[in-house]
Amino acid sequence: MPRQLREVVFVDGVRTPFGKAKGQYAETRADDLVIKCIRELMRRNPSLPPERVDEVAIAATTQIGDQGLTIGRTAALLAGLPQSVPGFAIDRMCAGAMTAVTTTAAGIAFGAYDVVIAGGVEHMGRHPMGEGVDPNPRIISEKIVDPEALSMGNTAENLHDRYPTITKQRADAYAVRSQAKTVAAYDAGKLQPHLVPVATRSADAGWGLATTDEPVRAGTTMESLAGLKTPFRSHGRVTAGNAAGINDGATAALLADEETARELGLPIRMRLVSYAFSGVEPEVMGAGPIPATEKALAKAGLTIDDIDAFEINEAFAVQVLSLLEHYGIADDDARVNPYGGAIAMGHPLASSGVRLMTQLATAFEERPEARYGLTSMCVGIGMGGTVIWENPNWTGNNTEETS
Amino acid sequence: MSIDSLLERAQGLTSDAERVTEAKLRTVALPGGRTLGLITLDNGEDHTKPNTFGFGSLLALNTAIDAALADDSIDAIGITGKPFILAAGADLTSIQSGGPDAVRTIAELGHAVFRKLGEPGGKPSFGFINGLALGGGLEVALHCTYRTVMDSAPALGLPEVMLGLVPGWGGAYLVPHLVGADKAVTLLVENPLNQGKTLKGQQAFEFGLADAVFGGADFLEQSLLWAAAVLAGEIAVHRADVDRGAAWDAAVARGESIVAAKTGGASPAAKRAVELIAAARDADRDAGFAAEDDALEAMSKTPELLASLYSFDLVQKRAKRPAGAPDRSLARPVTKVGIVGAGLMASQLAVLFVRRLKVPVVLTDLDQARADKGVAYVHAELDKLLAKGRATQDKTNRLKALVTGSIDQSEAFAGADFVIEAVFEEMSVKKDVFKAAEKVVSPECVLATNTSSLSITEMAADLEHPERVVGFHFFNPVAVMPLLEIVKGERTDDVTLATAFATGKGLGKTTILCKDSPSFIVNRLLGRFMGEVAKIADEGTPVPVVDSAFAGIAPMPPYVLLSLVGPAIALHNNETLYRAFPDRFYVSESLKRVVEARKGSFYGPDGEIDPEVEALLVKPETPAVKTAAEVRAQTLSALADEARRMLDEGVVAAPEDLDLAMITGAGFSFWNGGLTMLLDTSGISEKVTGKRFH
Repeated sequence: MPRQLREVVFVDGVRTPFGKAKGQYAETRADDLVIKCIRELMRRNPSLPPERVDEVAIAATTQIGDQGLTIGRTAALLAGLPQSVPGFAIDRMCAGAMTAVTTTAAGIAFGAYDVVIAGGVEHMGRHPMGEGVDPNPRIISEKIVDPEALSMGNTAENLHDRYPTITKQRADAYAVRSQAKTVAAYDAGKLQPHLVPVATRSADAGWGLATTDEPVRAGTTMESLAGLKTPFRSHGRVTAGNAAGINDGATAALLADEETARELGLPIRMRLVSYAFSGVEPEVMGAGPIPATEKALAKAGLTIDDIDAFEINEAFAVQVLSLLEHYGIADDDARVNPYGGAIAMGHPLASSGVRLMTQLATAFEERPEARYGLTSMCVGIGMGGTVIWENPNWTGNNTEETS
Repeated sequence: MSIDSLLERAQGLTSDAERVTEAKLRTVALPGGRTLGLITLDNGEDHTKPNTFGFGSLLALNTAIDAALADDSIDAIGITGKPFILAAGADLTSIQSGGPDAVRTIAELGHAVFRKLGEPGGKPSFGFINGLALGGGLEVALHCTYRTVMDSAPALGLPEVMLGLVPGWGGAYLVPHLVGADKAVTLLVENPLNQGKTLKGQQAFEFGLADAVFGGADFLEQSLLWAAAVLAGEIAVHRADVDRGAAWDAAVARGESIVAAKTGGASPAAKRAVELIAAARDADRDAGFAAEDDALEAMSKTPELLASLYSFDLVQKRAKRPAGAPDRSLARPVTKVGIVGAGLMASQLAVLFVRRLKVPVVLTDLDQARADKGVAYVHAELDKLLAKGRATQDKTNRLKALVTGSIDQSEAFAGADFVIEAVFEEMSVKKDVFKAAEKVVSPECVLATNTSSLSITEMAADLEHPERVVGFHFFNPVAVMPLLEIVKGERTDDVTLATAFATGKGLGKTTILCKDSPSFIVNRLLGRFMGEVAKIADEGTPVPVVDSAFAGIAPMPPYVLLSLVGPAIALHNNETLYRAFPDRFYVSESLKRVVEARKGSFYGPDGEIDPEVEALLVKPETPAVKTAAEVRAQTLSALADEARRMLDEGVVAAPEDLDLAMITGAGFSFWNGGLTMLLDTSGISEKVTGKRFH
């Protein structure tokens, strides 16, 4: 059978406002968070007949309770998609939603799907990282994984060790900028279009409405960060101030075969160029984006100089800074995380990948001079993932090569 | 009363027993910059205990609304409920215990509080109907400037009339002005009198009760965004114009005719609700609400309110815990059902058993063709449900495959836990049937009889295991009538009885325990009723006069009922009872002649007495012509006598069982409390039997 590789495009992405664990979503179900994202995608794209959705892939790290029951399938049904639309659950810890995107994107390229929904949810207030895990004793007896690797904070401290030039001061300065950029992005109304409001139940206070990220700390300064504890090591560098918190939230994106998108009149916000995942020593999990990015660039035949826009997950400031240092990019390069990142907005593990993509799509719209962008994140148990995208709005010299 | 005095009085009336529904005010920043004061009604319980409004709850809501009105940062007010529930209406228990001025106080207080939501010059308000909204629960939303409703909300309605009340917190005034008088008649009168029918969310939207409808997955979010758009002027709310001219009169006339047809004017609440709708046309808000206060107070003093609440309690509570039934844990599971006979009754039973129990059901008869015909009937009925969309193909396949027909009882009844006979109503035939069945079934298998008149004890007498025989008396049509009389023979044991009650519950029926006695409960009372009526007619009172005497008591006039039941069956019942109690029961000569002439009805298609029937009727030489009132008094007196005898004989445990049976088995009126409450309030029980039933 002759087979033609197809272009995969990012049509749309939405997310719930993120919450602090035990905060605005304390009495809201995890599945309801992602259901609202799916509903919003369908509402925003009325030209997409619901039965044309070929797959619903939803990631969650802890797939039990209200994040269990094959959440992609149940969320699709609860969101009112037709029964004919299938779904599945997916897990690659922090890169869950990113993997939901790449896996279904591969299916689109192969011709198995025309349109998919990919997203993720993590309600860390209800499902803290490590809930119900049962690590294999061989991990310790055979020293397969450094036990420190199971604490993400420790791996961040280890990453500081690997990059001695990345000091706590640099990490804190990065965090201050992240907070400030997010506040500025909200003030400029750049993030609100990504959000689907969520009615929040509270038995005590009555119903409310979440319309903004709860973790953002406006007015964060070097001074306010300086005194924070370093819970993973005495005299360490990683604090609650230069890392993402414990958060609740969900995301979802609509991806399509490019021709199908055109046929259905769906917007083409980004075009997938390449992606790669790569493993590293689990105890320096935060280094994962470096080999993943190398691999993705190589597959695309690009170099880091071709990348004009970056959305890097800020699980820890040191993890972003190590990637930037590796490529010789300045800590405060304007192309990197222009709207701030997880340090300010929050990082509900398996949901964050799609947030990066949604924000990169916005950056592409604002910056038609940027041709390529990447979304990258570190992943627990020593991995990294990088997805490279092309800007369909690009107005550079080689116009004949695009479109 | 002024609101301050109302609030003060309500403080005094609030009891600790009230489960107070809190009103939690929270400010919500809406997209677009406005601020909504969102009030959540929440009694702190799960959805099985809905929010209600007693004195304490209204005070809490008043405080929340006042706070929202006083807060300058709040642009508009929203009201919604805890998950799945807005509110289920007034807290009747706390009002009942509140003393003589409780109803008047709560009527006025409800108005005074709710109307703050919709008062001109106040803040715009939004009712977000997120689930169940009945009575006052719907009215609180009706006061709001705008409403949204969840498409899957299970029940919206104003069922007060069913309970002998009227919608008294604005419903009777606001509904006709919102959706027109005709729909108001449907909502306030027609639906409550139609077994308390309610609307689903989507229907309520189409009905005009809400301005927007949203799905359950994000109802509140979409409602809040909609509210923001309305406040911003981005969405204009359009409602159909209300015709306050001829259409209003026509609607009131329709309401009056519904009330006449359904209640014969015997339910003051239904009548009053129509009057309120009529008066609402030219009334302003103050006058409309004042009229509701007066009506509610008046209704609270009617015996029909007490009787309706009594009936409500019977069907809601007593029906679920049948008096005298043995412990449920004694019941054996029923995994296969055998039916002796394959005629119409047997086939109807097969449909009911297979649909509800979803176990193998075997119809048996003497020849295979008749058994096959029975199976074909069941299959056809199942196909009808499929065609109506009430069952899927898969479920229909499943049920059809469970029903078989056989002539070999030993094969058919192997493994059956429950065998019911529906053969010819003749003691010797039934005894033979059970004797034969006993040879092939296990010793534990229940043998049930659908006899309507024969003795269970006698039927069981010659069996090896008489303790497993029980009466299982259904009413026609089996699929529709809710009542199942469970008859205990002298030797019926508790395991059999418990299994019978569990099976009856599984069949979705209201079960009542009855002693083995002639014609059991409903047929005995109806037999006395019809006998008395027939005697009066045979003695010279015209049938139409007799038929006009029972409006508001029985669901239809006696000779219409007789035609529906079938004259031959009615005659058979009367003859059976006459044999048992010749001094009290009566076999009508006219009825005999009508049966002999094979006439199916006393009335012709034109609604007049069929001239051929008329010619058959007994014509006494000196007719004793009675008025409708005399007919009614004489017949009710006979019923009082019979009901008292039945209680004295121990046919049922209590008068409540007689009433529950007459409501669910004979369609006697809710607002009369079935039978015995009516006999008490009309003074007949004391006059005839020397004492009251209650």
